[in-house]
Amino acid sequence: MKQNLVEVKNLEKYFEISGGLFKRNKNIVKAVDGVSFNIPVGESLGLVGQSGCGKTTTARALCLLDPKTKGEIQFLNRETDEMFSIDNLDGDELKKFRRNIQMIFQDPYESLNPRWTIKDIILEPLNIHNIGSLSDRDDAVVEILKTVGLTPPENYLPRYPHELSGGQRQRVSIARTLIMKPKFVVCDEPTSMLDVSIRISIMDLMLNLAKDLEVSYLYITHDLAVARYMCNRIAVMFNGKIVEIAETEELLKNPIHPYTKRLISSIPVPDPSYVRESYELNYDELDSIIAKDTDKKGMVDIGDQHYVATHDVKGLL
Amino acid sequence: MSKEVLKVENLNMHYETLSGNVSAVKNVSFTLHEGESFGLVGESGCGKTSVAMALLQLQADNAKISSGSIKLDDKELVGLSEYELRKVRWDGISIVFQGAMNAWNPVIKIGEQIREAIREHYPSNTKQQNIDKIKELFEIVGLNAEIMNRYPHELSGGMKQRAVIALALSCNPKVVIADEPTTALDVVIQDQILKEIKKVQELLGLSLIYISHDIAVIAEMTSQMAVMYAGSIVEIGPTNEIFSNPKHAYTKLLLESTPSVVGEKKKLRSLDGEPPSLIDEIKGCSFSPRCPDPTDACKNGLKEMGLIKVGEGHYADNCCVECG
Repeated sequence: MKQNLVEVKNLEKYFEISGGLFKRNKNIVKAVDGVSFNIPVGESLGLVGQSGCGKTTTARALCLLDPKTKGEIQFLNRETDEMFSIDNLDGDELKKFRRNIQMIFQDPYESLNPRWTIKDIILEPLNIHNIGSLSDRDDAVVEILKTVGLTPPENYLPRYPHELSGGQRQRVSIARTLIMKPKFVVCDEPTSMLDVSIRISIMDLMLNLAKDLEVSYLYITHDLAVARYMCNRIAVMFNGKIVEIAETEELLKNPIHPYTKRLISSIPVPDPSYVRESYELNYDELDSIIAKDTDKKGMVDIGDQHYVATHDVKGLL
Repeated sequence: MSKEVLKVENLNMHYETLSGNVSAVKNVSFTLHEGESFGLVGESGCGKTSVAMALLQLQADNAKISSGSIKLDDKELVGLSEYELRKVRWDGISIVFQGAMNAWNPVIKIGEQIREAIREHYPSNTKQQNIDKIKELFEIVGLNAEIMNRYPHELSGGMKQRAVIALALSCNPKVVIADEPTTALDVVIQDQILKEIKKVQELLGLSLIYISHDIAVIAEMTSQMAVMYAGSIVEIGPTNEIFSNPKHAYTKLLLESTPSVVGEKKKLRSLDGEPPSLIDEIKGCSFSPRCPDPTDACKNGLKEMGLIKVGEGHYADNCCVECG
C-alpha cells in the first residue's frame, strides 16, 4: 500500500447567500458537502462531474485559496514522512506548503498577466519564495521552458502572452507551476479551452512530467474520456458530494451509482458503428434521495477500493 | 438516392486584411441530399465557420467570394441582392449559432424574438397562429410553452440552446446548419441537445450540416462527412467509411487523437505544430509541415492539392494518401 500524499476527510464548504430587507433572509448553499478522498504518492485522481457540482470549490479549498467550512485536509511532509493538517499553518510553514502545492487554471487566456513578459510570469514564483541566486533563477526559467517544449527558450522569454497561441499559453502556465517543483498540482480543466489537436500534446506533456518529477495531480474535468487518459482513479461528484470513486477502468466497466452511469452514457464515442446506451436519470428524484440520507454513513467499499455512496438509490436503478 | 438540396461547387472565399488576403475557403465542393446529415470537422481556424457563413451569405464585410457557386434547389445564392437573400435566409437555410449565450437579444422576450423571424417570412399569419407555431416548436425541442414569455437571462445554457434550435426551425427551412451547437455546454446537457437535434432531424426530415471540432460528435450525428484543413476539404465521404478506413494522414491523426470511454485504453497520438498561415500562398501540400511521415513528393511540395477517389463516394486529397 502506497503512502498517501493527500488525505481529505468530510470536507465541507458552505456559502451564505443573503437577501431581503437588511439581508435578513439567510440561505446556505452547500457547494461541497462532506467530501472525502485520498491521493497516494505519484498517483492522479480525476474529479468528474457537471458544472456547478463543486469540483472547483473543492480544489480551491485544498489549495487554501478559500477557507473551508469544516473538515480535515492533511498533506504528507516529505521530510519527516508524517501527515500534517493544513488548518493552522502560518508564516514559513504556509510558504513552504504553498511551494509544494500549485494550481493550473482552466483559461490560459485569462490566467496570465497580459502586461508581463513570459520571463516575468515564470520568474515570479521564484522571486516570491526567494529561491536561488538571481542568475540561477534565469537558468531555471530557460530550463523549464525547454521541459515544457517551448524551444528555443530565447524566442519566448521576451514575448507577451498575446503573442502566443492557446496551446503555448497553457504550456507557459504549466511551466510557471512546475518551476516550484511541487509535489501536488491541482489542474482545473487545463485542456478544455484548447483545440483538439493540441489537447493531446498538453495531456502527454503533463503525464510525462508527472512521471519524471513525481508529481500527483488532482485533475478536474467534466469529460470522462479525458479523465480516463490522465488519471489512475476517478471520483464522480454530484451536487457537492462524491457519489462513486474507483480505479479508472473499474469505474468505466462497472459503474454502480446511477449518476455515474448517466455521466458515462453521455460521452460521445468516436465510432459511428457504436450505439450508445441511453440512460435517463431524474435529477430531482436523485436529489431528494440524497437529501434524505441524513445519517451520512459515507461510502461503502464494494471491493477493489471501489467506493459507492450509501444513500438508497435502488428506486433509480 | 434522394434529391440534392444544396450543392456547393469550387467555393473560394478570402478575407481582405491589412496584412494580405487570408484564403479561408479554398475549392470547397460538397453536395447535401434531402434528409441527410453532413458533418464538417477540423481544428479552429480551418474554415468550417467561414463555409457556414458563405452558405448563408452572412460573411463579414471584408470577405470576398472570388469564385464558385452555392445552389439551393438549383437557385444560385452567390451574388443575390440583400433583398432576395432575406427571403432565402431562415426560410431556405437557417443556422444554429455557436454560442447560444450570445445568440439572443437580452432585452426582448424569447417568444417575441422567434415571432419576429416568422413575421418576416409569413406576414399574413395572425399573432395567434404565430404563437401556436412557437408552442409547437417548443414541444419539439422539449421546452415548456411559458418560456416564450421569459427573457434570455432567465434561462439556463441548455434551455437557451434549445430555444435557438426552435428559432432555427421556425420558418420550416430546407437546410439547417448547426455550428458547434454544444461546444459551450456541459457533457450531460450536450448529450440532451444532441439527442434533441437527432430527434428533430428524423421527425422533420431535415437536411442538416453539422459543424464541430469534436470527431466523436460527428461520428454520432452524421452520415456523410468532410474533414477540413487550412481552408480545403482533405477528405470527404460516408462517415462510416472514413472512420473505418481513413485515407488522409490528417484524418488518421484526428481519429487517433480522440480519447474514448469505451474499448481498450489506447495511447493517443498528438498533432504537433500549428496550422499554416492562410495569408501566404501555400505551394503543394498544406499539411506536409505537420505530416508525421511525409513522402518525398509531399515534403518537397511537388504535388498539387486535389481530391482523388479512394472508395465508393469517398475522396481524399491526393498528397497525404500515401503519407504516414
